[in-house]
Amino acid sequence: MGLDFSIVPKYMDIILLGCAWTIGITVAAALLSFVGGIVFAVIALFSPWIIRQPFRLLEWVFMGTPLLLQLFLIYFGLVQIGIDLPAFVAGIIGLGLHFAVYNSELIQTAILAVDKGQMEAARTLGLSRGEALRKVVIPQAVRDVIPPIGNNMIALLKDSALVSVIGVSELTLSAQRVIGKTYRPFEFYILAAAFYYVINLGMEWVQRRIERRISISR
Amino acid sequence: MDLELMLKVYPFFLQAAWVTILLSVLTALLGLICGTLGAAARLSRFAVLRFLGAAYVSVFRGTPALIQLFILYFGGPQVGIQLDAFQAGVIGLGINAGAYMTETIRGAIIAIDKGQREAARTLGLSRWQATYKVILPQAARLMVRPLGVNLNMLIKATALVAAISVVELTYTAQRYIGSTYKPFEMFLLAGLLYMIIIYVTGRGVAWLDRRVQIT
Repeated sequence: MGLDFSIVPKYMDIILLGCAWTIGITVAAALLSFVGGIVFAVIALFSPWIIRQPFRLLEWVFMGTPLLLQLFLIYFGLVQIGIDLPAFVAGIIGLGLHFAVYNSELIQTAILAVDKGQMEAARTLGLSRGEALRKVVIPQAVRDVIPPIGNNMIALLKDSALVSVIGVSELTLSAQRVIGKTYRPFEFYILAAAFYYVINLGMEWVQRRIERRISISR
Repeated sequence: MDLELMLKVYPFFLQAAWVTILLSVLTALLGLICGTLGAAARLSRFAVLRFLGAAYVSVFRGTPALIQLFILYFGGPQVGIQLDAFQAGVIGLGINAGAYMTETIRGAIIAIDKGQREAARTLGLSRWQATYKVILPQAARLMVRPLGVNLNMLIKATALVAAISVVELTYTAQRYIGSTYKPFEMFLLAGLLYMIIIYVTGRGVAWLDRRVQIT
């Protein structure tokens, strides 16, 4: 069976719809992982010991096990405790939490790297500890950490392919469905790869623009 | 938590863990070979090789590893490549890991001061000798830790071959979640084994890193 790409245009609408889902899931999970990363970083650094230690253990589990396994746990685990979420929501939560842990590592380092004088000055000016963190320290830390977080978000795009395994009709599963009808795996997986590559290039472009703006604001 | 069930199924998980370890070792070896070739190409004198090296890194890092596996395993037969799932897993993941390792190895090599090469050439060493005897021994030290990070990622990436039905840890967990409806217990078993594998590997890398540092 040779290759025949002439069949591709007929199924383009399914593939493009899959693309839209992939982009939507990636953006939603990226936002969740960003906010989650900040929250996790604050918990890991500033919460009392009794919360911090179990939390660190949880982080360690998330970093030491494969994302695919975590997705199975979240999707089937939530069903078991009676929360029946649509697959795409479970996928977004799984991807978001997984990358929140990685973002949290970066943000923790950045928070610790913000000059101590910033906190002291803010406190002297009458801000409470929480306010000083929220309004002075964390904004600076987040600015420093945007470029490496961008790399994580590009990794997130590629890992979003994994949610096809729990049945989310994004790009990978859309390609699989078309292949189920056409028996042309090579053509359609290559097509899917090409779309991922283009989205990836787009994200890199956005990342460069954001980095340029940050370097101006500094 | 159903401890009884966990005790009953854990031998199957242990067996699957060996498959994961074997996959990781073979993938790491193939990744190192591809990474070395890739780095050599990217640092080559010849523009064609530099372009090919850069294209390899860009394409394989720019698309999901899962799709790469699918192209190889499901699409391969269309272009005359017949592989069983395990072989496809090792080759697909190995080539993918190689793209990441290319950048690690290249980074370590260009981190070595230019003067080292110039000095070696001045002393009469050929290009190849300067690389082999002066640059690489120094670069190798710098590579250990970042290659350890690549290795950590690669071990977790072996879970992907569950999607082409290689019976490794994640596939086993998935199968038992399906048949027992105990996702937490199965996650705990598989997760613990992954963490042991990753912990031991991490310690090994740290040991090697200490060994190669000049004190």
